[in-house]
Amino acid sequence: MTDTVPRTGRPALARFVKTRYDKARERQVLLGPETVVTLNPTGADILALCDGQRTVGDIVDELGRRYDRVVDDEVIAFLERLASRRWVVITDE
Amino acid sequence: MSEQVLDGPLGVLAELTHACPLSCSYCSNPLELTKRSAELSTDEWRRVLDEAAVLGVLQSHFSGGEPLLRRDLVDLVGHASGLGMYTNLVTSAIGLSRPRAEALRDAGLDHVQVSIQADEPVLSDRLAGISSFEKKIEAARLVKELGWPLTLNVVLHRQNIDRIAAILDWVEELEADRVELANTQYYGWALRNREALLPSREQLEHAETVSRAARERLRGRTDVIYVIPDYYSRYPKPCMGGWGSRQLVVGPEGNAWPCLSAHELPLPRANVREHDLPWIWRSSPLFSAFRGTDWMPDPCRSCDRREVDLGGCRCQAFQLTGDMNRTDPVCVLSPDRYLVDEAVAAANDPAAAPAAGSTREPVLVPMPEVAVRPHRAD
Repeated sequence: MTDTVPRTGRPALARFVKTRYDKARERQVLLGPETVVTLNPTGADILALCDGQRTVGDIVDELGRRYDRVVDDEVIAFLERLASRRWVVITDE
Repeated sequence: MSEQVLDGPLGVLAELTHACPLSCSYCSNPLELTKRSAELSTDEWRRVLDEAAVLGVLQSHFSGGEPLLRRDLVDLVGHASGLGMYTNLVTSAIGLSRPRAEALRDAGLDHVQVSIQADEPVLSDRLAGISSFEKKIEAARLVKELGWPLTLNVVLHRQNIDRIAAILDWVEELEADRVELANTQYYGWALRNREALLPSREQLEHAETVSRAARERLRGRTDVIYVIPDYYSRYPKPCMGGWGSRQLVVGPEGNAWPCLSAHELPLPRANVREHDLPWIWRSSPLFSAFRGTDWMPDPCRSCDRREVDLGGCRCQAFQLTGDMNRTDPVCVLSPDRYLVDEAVAAANDPAAAPAAGSTREPVLVPMPEVAVRPHRAD
């Protein structure tokens, strides 16, 4: 296990976590065993792109275009945090 | 009043039945167990889940007793899953046959928690009251095989805490994703059996050292969660994240509670057969009783920690002092702390019961007057 998030890695949500819109609180949440994590809009956008196909680089490029700013550090830090909890799995071949 | 109250509950613990093939001396069920004939029907549970979803509940935990004893478990899991909830089964694993497990998976069950009493059959079966160890191990393997995340729940006490290293070997062998090593909480049955269950300081120090090392060793593979016994703490726990704040419990007969043990308190009942869950959560005297900090007596009222531990546990205050409004006696600032100190002193008396031997008092176990044989799988 490594804590780094390579730009060539392909992140995907772990099999046992789910994301959904929480209508009562009007926000996107991540649900796992004994866990409810509130996602900010950027976090929700990052996770929506973690499909196991796109690379970290693809996600950075896509969100950079969408927000019209550099998001490298934000994306890497966010994925690092989720990968350390095993909520996101990153494959890098 | 904090914002969390307005936020509504995140999770509902559905105690589907008090019937259970096991009879553990630290059982969290009430001393008066609900008869099977008084249990909520399938339709009633469905309505409860619907109302919970309206309140903003995101996770449903199916528990008991043994939830697998309910014939409609698959149906209820499917219903909660259909409402978008993260569904969790809390089970002894007795009755988790392959067909039943597959049906639960197909219904959308997200996560399974299996209780483990010890690391080997003799002690495990003695603590559980029936031969169950091999079935638990088999069921834990099945959970992994079917692709679920596996949590092992271990309640620690004087009789098994010295076996923690060997229990953690099982955690590793079974490739559990999480393990909760939770020291016994002394309510209900466990309080009656406290003398036989409360570990010594030496036992605890050993367990904490072993679990800390395991947390490092298993990092990235298994989350090791160790819950300290609050009798050995200086300050009380912020029970349930605050009364009526984040979680709610619904018992087999439809009584709703802010926590697992609140049925022991002299408060008016709130039943889902008489009121809907949103009313119970927002307006019932029961759920309003200890919200926020206004109810607090001193020393809590003027304490800097009042927002940290929220006055501790109301059930513990009631059980130890007879007054649910008092500061949790676990707190070193509580005038009642001597009640906890006496129990701790007794647990550390060399003349006290040996770690895994008989005790002076007979150990009481919950034995429902109900058929507990698991229903046929399907």
